Amino acid sequence: MYKYADFDEVFVRARAAQFRGQVERRINGSLTEDEFRPLRLMNGLYLQLHAYMLRVAIPYGTLSADQMRQLAMIADRWDKGYGHFTTRQNIQYNWPKLPDVPDMIDALADVQMHAIQTSGNTIRNVTADHFAGAAADEIEDPRPVAELIRQWSTDHPEFQFLPRKFKIAITGSPNDRAVTRAHDIGLRMVRGGSGAIGFEVIVGGGLGRTPMVGQVIRPFLKKEDLLPYLEAIVSVYNLMGRRDNKYKARIKITVFENGIEAFRAAVEERFKAVRAEFSGVDQEMLKGIEAQFAPPAFRIAPEDGYTAARKADPVFRAWADTNLSAHRAPGYAIVTVSLKAHGDTPGDATSSQMRLLADLADRYGHGELRISHEQNVILPHVHKSDLPMLHAALKGNGLATANVGLVSDIIACPGMDYCALATARSIPVAQEIATHFQSIGLEQAIGQLKIKISGCINACGHHHVGHIGILGLDRAGVENYQITLGGDHTEKATIGDKVGPGFAYDQVVPAIERLLRAYLAVRLDQSETFIEAFRRLGPAPFKVALYPEEAARDAA
Amino acid sequence: MARQFTPKVVTANALLEGDVVYLTADNSWSRHHHEAELIEDEAHAQLRLLKGESQKQTVVGVYLADAKAGPNGPEPTHFREAFRTRGPSNYLHGKQEYSNV
Repeated sequence: MYKYADFDEVFVRARAAQFRGQVERRINGSLTEDEFRPLRLMNGLYLQLHAYMLRVAIPYGTLSADQMRQLAMIADRWDKGYGHFTTRQNIQYNWPKLPDVPDMIDALADVQMHAIQTSGNTIRNVTADHFAGAAADEIEDPRPVAELIRQWSTDHPEFQFLPRKFKIAITGSPNDRAVTRAHDIGLRMVRGGSGAIGFEVIVGGGLGRTPMVGQVIRPFLKKEDLLPYLEAIVSVYNLMGRRDNKYKARIKITVFENGIEAFRAAVEERFKAVRAEFSGVDQEMLKGIEAQFAPPAFRIAPEDGYTAARKADPVFRAWADTNLSAHRAPGYAIVTVSLKAHGDTPGDATSSQMRLLADLADRYGHGELRISHEQNVILPHVHKSDLPMLHAALKGNGLATANVGLVSDIIACPGMDYCALATARSIPVAQEIATHFQSIGLEQAIGQLKIKISGCINACGHHHVGHIGILGLDRAGVENYQITLGGDHTEKATIGDKVGPGFAYDQVVPAIERLLRAYLAVRLDQSETFIEAFRRLGPAPFKVALYPEEAARDAA
Repeated sequence: MARQFTPKVVTANALLEGDVVYLTADNSWSRHHHEAELIEDEAHAQLRLLKGESQKQTVVGVYLADAKAGPNGPEPTHFREAFRTRGPSNYLHGKQEYSNV
């Protein structure tokens, strides 16, 4: 894992000290709220519905065990004993008090973390495949490049006042787990003709009120050209992007309005000039960073204990079947620890859960943890012989839910329970769907399914790319939920379609049940997932299930 | 025709804790919606909003929210404002943490 260089340490400490001074001046009246607001946002501090909220970056989703312990300490000391992991690989504290925030920022700096550029019209936390460095299908670990992008984009003088926020995601695998096509820039590692590793560069993706799938601006970019090319894209956007209308200011609109050809031409022109300014120092730095991401010393050991536990313990077997993924090292597995226990808040972890995860990472996982955009925690490197002990320890603290990828593994934004922008709640909808399908016993039968819920049009809950998307709106002073179908968050990214009118709060769970019972009735066999059945049949049978009265009327 | 004025309360968040507060008739800030001043006149509402906004060292994000008269004082009319009087629905945090004990 990356360890701060002296430069990083000095920079982060200086920003923490600056922010301490800014908070003091706000409290003593030297700064007005209008003056203070942009300063606090630059340091990830929002004012939400009931309290302040501090958003802390988890760069490319990677945490050490010590960092996770510190996040738990911060939750206990200055918040309410828990944290909320988000779809952008951040952790949010929902209850900080303004005078305490400088101490929280200092405590983050103690473990080489910060909240810089987690808000504002800047380049935000760079997100990555949560299986990076472990996945069997990976071309190369994308995190060294992600760290290089973090260093390049942090406090970049040209990009502190972009037309709008800017999000970059990166994956090193052909199977895209980082939703690269729904980001301002998506980077997918690919092999060129000569076998050299480079990037497919995708631009102009995004969800929100105008969802768009990103387009390829460069099918193959040499690795050493990455930073100058990124700089060219952001620089062109900085000039070409609209500043007259907040809702048309994202790069997806810039690309859409100018067309990808014109945008590409402008970027390639700019790239010529920028490329000449890069002397190769960035590549030297990248080499240093890469050395710090060397894989841990994987051990060669028999898997006997794992095989025996699978045979003996059906609870362990069910968990192993859903929560493990293929690791590239023989004898190892990637463990996804579900933060979606039925009825709990998606993405929330208590401080004791965080401490347990940190201890288990130290004991069984080479001290590493990951946070996924799907709001779960990953132990990326666990030897299979350790899995039975790991599972037993997770069970003791509500962390052994065997539901990864199933109906209750729901992405949900904080919604109107916390967020000042929200138009409806999302958390209780997720809780009720999860507990309902557990109680009627259909979760396993339904199989692989992505439900994603947002509490407003800004789509933090990624509803557009959910197989089933749920969007909470305010319709004349009442919560109302739109359902979209057929979205896909992978390399086959697709924006789901709205199929009909919205549902009242208490009608959402029955509607989802009708929908999924219809799927069970029409699927070819158990192996055909919901999204595959939807693609084969189109929306018609699902629409009938969602709106039975309308269907009956049409038939009459 | 101009839309008819609906009754309002002045609300904000406390500067230090961020907790939701309401402007009372005696110019203090209460943590309880029912203690707010219910404003039934549009011109008076603008004056009270200015009064709230002038207290820059106490509160943040001052605005007028729709409300109605109730047996114990003003009550919110929109669900967003109702949530602000209580706290989130997933934990007993925020105002309900104190009112339920």
